[in-house]
Amino acid sequence: MWTYNKMLQYPINIKQKDPRLAKWIISQYGGPDGELAASLRYLSQRFGMPDTRSKAVLNDIGTEELAHLEMVGTIVHQLTKDASIEEIEKAGLGDYYTDHGVDVYPSSASGVPFTAAYIAAKGDPIANLQEDLAAEQKARATYEKLIDLSRDNPDVVDALRYLRQREIVHFQRFGETLRGVQDLLMQKRCFMMNDGTSNAKLLTPCNAEVKSENND
Amino acid sequence: MPYNCVINQDDNLSKAELMNLIQSYAFAVNDLTLYLDTHKDDEKALQLHNQYTRELRNYMNSYEKKYGPLTMYCPCNSWRWIANPWPWEGGNN
Repeated sequence: MWTYNKMLQYPINIKQKDPRLAKWIISQYGGPDGELAASLRYLSQRFGMPDTRSKAVLNDIGTEELAHLEMVGTIVHQLTKDASIEEIEKAGLGDYYTDHGVDVYPSSASGVPFTAAYIAAKGDPIANLQEDLAAEQKARATYEKLIDLSRDNPDVVDALRYLRQREIVHFQRFGETLRGVQDLLMQKRCFMMNDGTSNAKLLTPCNAEVKSENND
Repeated sequence: MPYNCVINQDDNLSKAELMNLIQSYAFAVNDLTLYLDTHKDDEKALQLHNQYTRELRNYMNSYEKKYGPLTMYCPCNSWRWIANPWPWEGGNN
């Protein structure tokens, strides 16, 4: 279960509000490669992971992504807080403001509402982890573009650079997890997928404790 | 592991200084957790995690005593949990 710590994972204090940036940065809140997608994806995939390492990684990275979701929402909030209606209109946020005011609504930069179609939980640890690797790269790439767009606002850039760095670390951890799961599959002590042979049914489903000699 | 920093053991830490320490230690613990998830036999990482979690608890206890709860599980005499500022409002929280 989750406990809320009444603090941000990384401090965010934006001195210069800029609703124009908020319109783009919200994509990392409710967009296809954003933190809501990431947390939901990992926390959903964890149920089908075959060993203690992969369960822990999906659980813990999924949890951290919730903290990042809060950070992105915070950036959007601070960029638009107390903006005048003229500033809202000039920033191109008239459409958004109509339906959401200055609430933080999970949507992409182009206004597409969040959908679970952004994530997969394929019932297959290899497929899931490959998706997770791609997701981290896409998030990293998106943060880089947002950093380009936010270049004149150092407080915003500071927070985005932190979030970008975390995606790189997550990618590293998922790579290690994928290798571990592939090694587990090679051992053939249990089955994770139906490979078309009758042998799969004779083995037990995977729920492995990670052995020490398997660690990279 | 790149977590070398000199800690000022001053007991009269301000709210901002304490929160800064808590965020720094909490981040280090989080990062070490992810690392240990895939490197569970790394003794050095485990020792660092052990050390940092203890120090984090100390700082959180100090903060909560003076400035109010950081989680709902903190015993309190008045319901300071709802007090401003909330973390998304800025001002170092």
